This record gives sequence, C-alpha cells and structure tokens, in this order.
Amino acid sequence: MAAAFDIGLIVLLVGIGAWMIVVRDVVVATIIFVVFGLLMAIAWVRLSAVDVALTEAAIGSGITGTLLLGAAARLKGADAGGTRLSFPITVVAAVLCAMISASLAAVALLLTYPAPTLAPMAMQNLDQTGLGNPVAAVLFAYRALDTLLEKVVLLLALVGVWSLAPDRAWRGVPSLDTTVPPSDILAFFAQILPPFGIVFAIYMTWTGASNPGGAFQGGTVLAVMWLLVMMAGVMRAPSISNVWLRWLLVAGPALFLIVGFTGVFIADGFLAYPPAYAKALIVAVEAALAVSIAATLGLLAAGPPERMQQK
Amino acid sequence: MTTATLFGLCSSALVGLGLFGVIVDPHPLRKILAFNLLGSGVFLLFGVVARRGAAAGLGGDPVPQALVITGIVVAFAATALAVALVLRLFEPEAGNAVESEATSAGLEVDGGRS
Amino acid sequence: MSVAAVTATTEGYLLVLAIMWPVAGILVALVVNGRNIERVAYIVLPIGFAIATAVVMAVAQGGQSQIYVVGGWAPPLGVALRADGISAAMMMTTAMVICATGLFARGEFVQPAEGPEARAPYVFWILLFSIWSALNALVLGSDLFNLYVALELLTFAAVPLVCLKGQKETIEAALRYMLFALIGSVLYLLGAVMIYGLYGTLDIGLLSGRVRAEPATWIAAALMTVGLLAKTALFPLHLWLPPAHAGAPAPGSAILSALVVKGSFFLIVRIWFDAMPGHLSFAAAQLLAALGAGAILVGSVLALRQQRLKLMIAYSTIAQLGYLFFIFPLATGFAAGIVWSGLAWTGSWMQLFSHAFAKAAMFMAAGLIAEALGHDRIADLGGIGRKLPITMFAFALSGLSLIGVPPSGGFVAKWLLLIATINEGQWWWAAVIVVGGLLAGGYIFMVLGRLLADPLSPLVIRGAVSRSRELVALSLAVCAVLLGLVPLQPSDFLRIGR
Repeated sequence: MAAAFDIGLIVLLVGIGAWMIVVRDVVVATIIFVVFGLLMAIAWVRLSAVDVALTEAAIGSGITGTLLLGAAARLKGADAGGTRLSFPITVVAAVLCAMISASLAAVALLLTYPAPTLAPMAMQNLDQTGLGNPVAAVLFAYRALDTLLEKVVLLLALVGVWSLAPDRAWRGVPSLDTTVPPSDILAFFAQILPPFGIVFAIYMTWTGASNPGGAFQGGTVLAVMWLLVMMAGVMRAPSISNVWLRWLLVAGPALFLIVGFTGVFIADGFLAYPPAYAKALIVAVEAALAVSIAATLGLLAAGPPERMQQK
Repeated sequence: MTTATLFGLCSSALVGLGLFGVIVDPHPLRKILAFNLLGSGVFLLFGVVARRGAAAGLGGDPVPQALVITGIVVAFAATALAVALVLRLFEPEAGNAVESEATSAGLEVDGGRS
Repeated sequence: MSVAAVTATTEGYLLVLAIMWPVAGILVALVVNGRNIERVAYIVLPIGFAIATAVVMAVAQGGQSQIYVVGGWAPPLGVALRADGISAAMMMTTAMVICATGLFARGEFVQPAEGPEARAPYVFWILLFSIWSALNALVLGSDLFNLYVALELLTFAAVPLVCLKGQKETIEAALRYMLFALIGSVLYLLGAVMIYGLYGTLDIGLLSGRVRAEPATWIAAALMTVGLLAKTALFPLHLWLPPAHAGAPAPGSAILSALVVKGSFFLIVRIWFDAMPGHLSFAAAQLLAALGAGAILVGSVLALRQQRLKLMIAYSTIAQLGYLFFIFPLATGFAAGIVWSGLAWTGSWMQLFSHAFAKAAMFMAAGLIAEALGHDRIADLGGIGRKLPITMFAFALSGLSLIGVPPSGGFVAKWLLLIATINEGQWWWAAVIVVGGLLAGGYIFMVLGRLLADPLSPLVIRGAVSRSRELVALSLAVCAVLLGLVPLQPSDFLRIGR
C-alpha cells in the first residue's frame, strides 16, 4: 500500500515536472511549479524529513511561487523569448541529459546497505547542544558555520537584487504594491491572516529546538505575511534606505556572529556553546535570525526599488 | 524496492528534466523554473541519502536533511537574483528607466561582441 | 593529510578570522550610512591583509597545515578549516589584489561629497568584502558542502559586479554568467551528495582515506568537476566569460579575472589531489589538459581578433586559465619512477599567481585608458604611450608576464611546466605551451606596437588620469614580474601540508 502510494507520487512528480518543461505558457508553467512544490513537500514527509517538508512548502513552493508568479505576470507582453536552439543541438542536449539521468539512476540502484550515516553520532552529542531536534543541532551547532555563511549569502543576494535598481530609485521602494491591483479579497485576507501567521511563526521558531520547525520556517511564514500585507496595500513597502529596515536585516547574522565569537571566550572556540547555556543561546540566535530571514526573504521577493517613496 | 530507491529514481528523472529545460528553453524565466526543478531533483537525492541512513531511532540521517534546508534557502536566493536580472532586462518600463550616469568608456562592450 | 586533520593547531583561529573579518565588514557596511562605507573599507582592508600575512607566517614557520575545528565539533559531524601551503599562498595573492583594487576603486566608487547615499559605491564595497570572504572560505574549507556555500557566496558577489553600471548589455552578460554559475554549482552539489551517500562524510581529509575506486565515485567526481569547470570558464564552457569580464567596471574586471575564476579551479585541485589522491586516471588527466590546450589556442586566437581592449584582455584570460589544467597530467606523477612532480605543481601555481597580478594590472590599465580616451578601440590607441606612460608601462610589464618573457612570474610558470612535460614524457603539451606563448606575444604586441606610433588623428584626452591609480596598476604589474625572481625549482612552501 505504502509502495503504491510512493509510486503514484513519483509518477505524479515526474509527470508534472515534464509538463512544466513542455507547457507553452509561462504563467501556467509557474502555477504547475507551485503544485510541484507542494507534492515535493509530501515526498519529504514520505522520506521522514518533516523539517525539510516544512521548508519546501514555505520556501520551495510558497515564496518562490509568489516571486515567480509576480515575475511571469510582469513579463506578459514583453518579448522575453531568447533564441531557440537548433534541432541538432536540442537532440544532443537531450541525449546528454538522458545520460546524466541514467548514470544517476544507476548510482541510486547501485548503492548498497548498510548505508553510511551520521545519525548515531548526531544523537550521541545532542545532549551537549541542549536541543531535542537533531536537524536543528546540525544547523546551529555541528555545522553552524554553514548556516552563518548561508545567512551572508542571503544578504548578499539582496544586495545583488538592490544593485539592479536604477540610480534615481536608490533609496526608493520596491514597486511590489503596484504589480497586483489591490482587491477587496486580498485586503480582507491581509487583515485577517497576519495575526495568526505571526503567532504560528513564533511557535515554529520556538518549537524548532525540539520539534520540526525553526528559524527558517518561522521566518518564511513571517515573510509571506509581510508580503501579503504589502501586496494588499494594507502596509507600505519600506524604503530600502530605512535605517530600521537595515538593522532588521543585519540583526540575526550579527547576533550569530557575536555569539560565535563569544564562544572563543566562554566555550571551546568559534561557534561553540557552553553546554549549560547552549539551548538559550541557540534559541536567542534563532529568534533574531527568524526576524532577519523574514525581512530578507520578503525584500528578495519584493525586488529592487523602482521609484521614490511618495510623500 | 525500498522507498529510498524509488525516490532515488525519481530524483534522477527530475535532474535530467530540469537540466534539459535549463539548456534548451529559450525563455529566461522558464530557464529559472527548470533550474528549480533541477534543484529539487538534487535536493531529493539528499533526502534519499538521509532516508537510507535511518538509524539511532531517527527516520533519517539529520545531517543531509539539514544540508537540504540550507540548500533550499540558497536556491531561493539564487532564484530571486536571477528573476531580478530577467525583469530588469526584459521589462519595457524598467528598461527605459535606465539612466546611466556612467557613460564613461570602459563600457563600450556593445559593439565589440564579435 | 592524515588523521591529524581533526585536531586544531594553535594558530588555527586565524583561519576563522580570515573568513569572518570581511563578513563583519559586510554587516557593518549594511547598517552604516552609505556615506561612511569607504571608512569601513579603510579598516577592513588593512586588517584583512594583516590576517592573511599572519596565516602565511604561521604556515611557513610551522611547516605544516594550520587547522581549526569549528565549534569544537570534529569532522565528520562538524566542519574543519585547514590552511596548507597553497591555501596560504592563495590567501596572500587574494589579499594583495583585493587591497590594490580597493585603492584603485577609490577613484571610481566614491560617495558624492554632498547629497544622499549613491548606489554604485555602496554596492561595490559590499561586493568586494564578500568576494574576499568567499575566496578565503574556498581556499580554507575542507568540507565539500561548506565549500558549496562558499562557492555560492562567490557567485552572488561576482554576478552583480558584472552589471554594476546597469547597461542592458552588462545585465545580459550577468544573466548568462548567473545561469552558467548556477548550473555549475548544482552539478557540484549533486556530486557532493553522492559522495556523502557513499562514504558518510564530506570532509576532504577523511574522504582521502575512504574513497574507493568504483563507478559511483567516478560519476560523483565527474559531476563535481564539470560543474566547477563551468564556473572556471574552461573551454568549451567559456562563452559567458568575455562579455561578463569585459562589461564590468575596471576594478570589477580585475577581481573577476584575477581571482574569482581561480576559486573554482582551486576546488577542482582540492578534489583530485586531496579528497581523491591517486584516483585521477591518465586518460581523465589528458582530457582535462586537452580542454586546457583548447582554451589556450581558441582563447588566444580570439584575443587576436578583438577590436576592443577589454574584450581582448578577457579572451586572454580564457587562454591563460588553460595553462592551469596542465597540473592534472603533469603534477599527478604518472611517469614511472617519479612519484610526484613538484615542478609542475610549482609551475601551475606560479601561473595562477602571476596571472592574477598581471591580469588585474592589465584590466586596471585598460580602465584608465578607457577613462582617458573615452573608448578602448585598439586601432585608435596610436601614441597612447606618450600620453599615459605609467599606465602603458604597467600594461607592458603585465603583458610580458602573460607571454612568458624572462624575468617574470609568467616565464617561471611556463618554463617549469615545459620542463615538467619533458620529465613526464608528455612532450605534446610542450608544443601547446610554446604556441600559446607566441600567440600571447601576438595579441600583446598588437597593443604595444601602437604605444609610440603616430596616431592617425591626434589623441584627445578626455579627463586627467589619477597618478595614484596608475601607480596601483603599475605595482601589481611589478609584483607579476618580481615573482619571476623565485628560484627555478619546486617550491617547498607550496608543498606544505601534503
């Protein structure tokens, strides 16, 4: 029964993925992509990775979908078609991709058991981190350096997006609120949903220490709520030179970095935590990160500033 | 066949499809969509590796699971930057709005792309 | 590398500082008013330089790799940083080129004295710090996933640099670069996860003891390598490079061509020489070198055909990157009797360092020329040597290093590689090295020949060129030449840690 469900899910995933590649209309392709993302979230549950399922649903499908749908809508009518490859080159590309697929499939079939795993080691050391969720322990203790650098990657992507602003609009606002005409329904949801969303986001961030969830998922929910109220026109998009906004962006990574360096003096070194305070420190970092992630993801989806704020 | 192996095959199909889309599709936004499909295929392989490493009472190895979370966030950042580039390149109004204060000459790449 | 890969050394903290110091700069730069961002740079650049110097000293004095275990979590569960001879040398080169570029960029990316924060300077300095942090993370990382994050950091910093000036052509170039780079990193990531699935670790030191010769390993390694080749712009994956490197503002071009493309090359070397030592087959090494040879020939011929100076320099980068790939057949030690050829190892790294200095100097010189004349058409450069003697001297010196004229870093590099081809019995690559040098002579003299020529029409200098910026370009070119004074023998420093 379970196998039949898996096979059905896989056929759907591959079928929908192929449909997305061949379908003509960009907007339709984007909608298919959102559906694909939701199916992926189910696949992650089937693979016993609930943390990832939440991330996939929130980021992979949710906010990426919002971003791409907005872009597809804005590009409608613009002549964005690049040059089509000639038929022989297309065939070569198809053969190449099929070969890569085949070799990956071979690897998937060739892998033998027992599979190597770090699960026991991750569990043995869990006590020292004070956390109950081993995925959070990997993200914020064992491999905290990756997570810290990844936060910098996010900020940098935002600087990259901003850098595309026309010079006269620097210090202006993203034009997000003009892309979707505010409608009554959107405004309705924008007033009803955020309180629940904010509570849910706080819960997600808090519970991430011991259960699936955490700063990424919580921050993304916050970002989606923020985007919603901006798109509905309930709240204005901020100017990118707003001092408060920039502090919000930096707060999480900065606290992470400071806690990291504090570890040199109170624990084993950079990004190490004394076991007694580990959980408190990590939860504090996660809370700050959730806010920064929300601001960064929201602004990434909102795009570069395009005009100056109206007084 | 185990769940892990089944999803392993799924992952390889998605990687092939996504890669094909990125290379062949002329529309830049659809290249980005295909890139996300490719990314999903790669991330799924992390899930397969994690599932195979189920041990110590866990349903999967937490290390690759955590890596995927980082990967998904990075993929979103990449998508956002690529989309911003595409919009700036093709959107008619944004294109007109470009006023380059820098008309200095190091920029004369246009005619030179022979 | 041995089991010792998991115990930290006394001066390992420097490695964390090397990565995190520029990160702190980014965070501060984001919140201070953009008008103060240059002051931040005045603090970040010299201290970053001091950190790099300290790492080089620690590695040289200890005669062994410096290691730091982040958070006290040893691999395989945690992540370690490691500085061996080549990473220390890369860090030093990076620090020198970045600081020089910072000095050079002061004339170009300044906040206006009055008025609100401006876009380009704000973005430029943040990107410069990011590239520094990313490159340090790349050369110090010893975990395949940590290196992936570093690669992405590098990409996200490099792409906006290409289109900082905002014209349509540069945005198009940036988008193309972005797509190549993204496919590259995703393929790399795919290979990395397969490695984890096979061996249960991503740590390069641990992998070297665990890797088995089996098809799945080769597929994983091939995927990682192809992905990184796309980022390194090795022929035939070079198409994105010329418009991107030529379109960027001059300080950006200097960083992109001198440093950024080397980051992914460094990682390929890490994979084949450190993670999987002894697993590179003769045929695969020949294939990599053949692509390098293709890059030398195609890149040089295309450089000869360019009419714009910046594009010519960009095509020359494609050619010069080709030489680096001779490291695979020549330094692995395939020839019977010679276990490990230190000659080719030293030669390849000398090529990398001397090209970094020479190319940064050359792009700066090209930027100054374009600024002075308002164009960079090679045909109309006649007599430029009389108008901009320092700039053209810098251009000439760096050009001689690219050709491989003694005494210059480029000469030492190419000479060591030539001897290695003979030692290793792979004379066919010697022919490519010689032809590549001749072709480089062709495109460099295409410009130098016009130095003192009488101009067709009198040269009109649009704006005065800053003397200090000319001197920055010249000092980098001098560095490229001074590298030629090292003894013509395998360097012990570059072998530290192996």
